[in-house]
Amino acid sequence: MTDQPLLRLHKVEKHFGDFVALDGVSLTLQAGTVTCLVGPSGSGKSTLLRTVNLLERLDGGAVYLRGEMLGFTRSGDHRRPVPKKVARRQAVNFGMVFQSFNLIPQMTAAENVALGPVEVLQVGRADARRQAHELLSRVGLADRVDHYPAELSGGQQQRVAIARALAMKPSVLLFDEPTSALDAELVAEVLAVIKELAMEGFTMLIVTHELAFARDIADEVVMMEDGRIIESGPPDRILLNPTTERARSFFASVSH
Amino acid sequence: MTTPETLRSGPVTGEELELHSMPIRDPKRLAHWLSYALGAVVLVLTFRFVVLNPHWDWPTIGSWLFSRRVVSGLLNTVLITVVSTAVGLVLGLVVAAFRLSRFAVLRGMAAVYVWIIRATPGLVLILFVYFLAALMPTLSLGLPFADPFFEVPTNHVISQFSAAVIGLSAYLGAYSAEIFRGGVLSVHQGQFETCHSLGLSAWRTYTKVVGPQIIRVITPSLANEVVTMFKNTSLVSVIGYVELLTTVQLVYSQNFKTIPMLTVAVIWYLVLTSLAMLGQSRLEKRFGRGFDRRVVKNTVPVATAEQEGRHD
Repeated sequence: MTDQPLLRLHKVEKHFGDFVALDGVSLTLQAGTVTCLVGPSGSGKSTLLRTVNLLERLDGGAVYLRGEMLGFTRSGDHRRPVPKKVARRQAVNFGMVFQSFNLIPQMTAAENVALGPVEVLQVGRADARRQAHELLSRVGLADRVDHYPAELSGGQQQRVAIARALAMKPSVLLFDEPTSALDAELVAEVLAVIKELAMEGFTMLIVTHELAFARDIADEVVMMEDGRIIESGPPDRILLNPTTERARSFFASVSH
Repeated sequence: MTTPETLRSGPVTGEELELHSMPIRDPKRLAHWLSYALGAVVLVLTFRFVVLNPHWDWPTIGSWLFSRRVVSGLLNTVLITVVSTAVGLVLGLVVAAFRLSRFAVLRGMAAVYVWIIRATPGLVLILFVYFLAALMPTLSLGLPFADPFFEVPTNHVISQFSAAVIGLSAYLGAYSAEIFRGGVLSVHQGQFETCHSLGLSAWRTYTKVVGPQIIRVITPSLANEVVTMFKNTSLVSVIGYVELLTTVQLVYSQNFKTIPMLTVAVIWYLVLTSLAMLGQSRLEKRFGRGFDRRVVKNTVPVATAEQEGRHD
C-alpha cells in the first residue's frame, strides 16, 4: 500500500457560461473512506460529482484516480480530451447513483443490474444474471428481481440503482443526493443500504442533505458554497462546531 | 334532491339490505339511449347507401377486385411502398443523426434538406425527379470541377420506378427525420447519463437502452407516415407508373365504371392500411414493456431466483 490517495481533485474549475460552478476545488479521498459533500443548493456539490465521473468536462484543474489524470491527455504544451473509448473506461471506475434513480424502464430490476456487466465488462449472461440476483439480495430485493422499475417504490428503485452501480465493481461510489426524491419513510431503507456499504469498506463520495446520516457514516464532511470548499474535516467538528459563520448558519437552518 | 329518494328505494322485501353493502351500478341515462339511436340511424343509412344503392355496382367491383390487372397494380404499389419506406426510414435516421450532430455543417445540411422537402409537395417532388435529366443530363461521381470517375446519362438511371422510389423516399426521409429527432429529444437526459456511467458506447446506448424507448414513442407518428406512404404511391400515376390507382384509372377510362373501379382501389388501400395498423399495434405491444400495466407477478422466493440464474 502506498500512501497515494485513491482519488485526488486538484483545483477543479467548471464554468457554465459566465457562471462559475466550481472555483478551484481540491479534495482527496483515501481508499475505504466516506466523504460527504454538504452545502446549500447551487453550491456546486452535484457538479463536482459529475466532473469526477466525466459527465461534465472540467474547465481547469484535474481529477486523478490512483495518480492517473482522468478525461485529459497531454499533447505537447496543452491537454486535450481523451478519446471516448478511454473516457468510458475511466468512467466505469465510478459507480454513480443518481437522485432520480435513472433505471431503464423497459428492463427488469435484474436486467438493469446485469446490463453493464454484459455489455461492457463482457461477463456471460448467466453469470451476470446470477451476480444481479446476488446484488439485489444484498440490497434486500431478492423478491423483486423480475419487476419493472414502474412496479417498484422509489426506495426500491434507488436500491436497484445502487445494486447496478455495484455490479460494475467500481473503485469509488458516487451518490448524488440519493434520497432527495424519496418520501421520508423510504429514505431510511436507502440510507441503511449505503451505511452497510460504508461498513464493508467501499470508498464513497456522497452529496447529501441528510446531516444526521452524514455525521453517522462520514469520515470527512466537506461543506461547499459558491463553488468553493469553505470548511472540511471530521463530521463531529464540522457539523457540531463549525469555525465559519456561514457553515454555522447553514447547519442551524437545516435540522439534524 | 335525489338522496332521500335513493334512501327510500332500497330493497324492501325480505331481509333489509344495509345501504353500505348495496352493489354500485351506473345508471343508464338518456344520453346513452340517444347515442344508441344515433348509431342505429347511421348504420341503416350506411347500409342503404352502400349495399342497397345499385350505382355502386358491386358485381363489377367483385369481378375486378382480384383480376390480374388490379392485382399486378396492387403488387407494384406494395413494392414501391416497401422499397421507399425502407430507403426513406434509413435516410430519415441519417438526417436525424446529422441534425443532432455536434458539427454545425452537418446540422445545417440536414436542416436545409428538411426545410426544402417539407416545402415541396410530394407531387412536385416526384415530377422533379422524373424530369431530372432536363437539369442534369448526366449523373457523375467525382470531385467538383474534376473529371468524374464515373458517369451515366440521367435517363438511364431514372425510370418511372426509380423516380417514384427516389421521390417518395426523399419525402419520407424528411418527415421521418423529424419524428426520429423528436423521439431522441423525448428521452430523459438521465438515461444517457446512466449509460455514460455504465460505460456503454454510443451504439450500445442507442440499441439497448434509448432505442427501445424512442421506438415506443415514435411508433404512432411513424405508422402515420407509412400509411401516408401507401396512399402517396398514388401520386406516381402522374409519371405513368402502373400502380394500383393508375391501373383502375386505365380500366375505367375504357369501361367508364368510374365509381366501382375507384372502390376497388379504396378496398385495397383499406386492406393495406389495416395491415400497417396491425404492425403498429404489435410494435406498440413489443416496446410497451415496462410501461404497460400488467399483473405484477407474485414475488419469487430467493432460492428459486438463484436456481433460475444457474439454469440460464
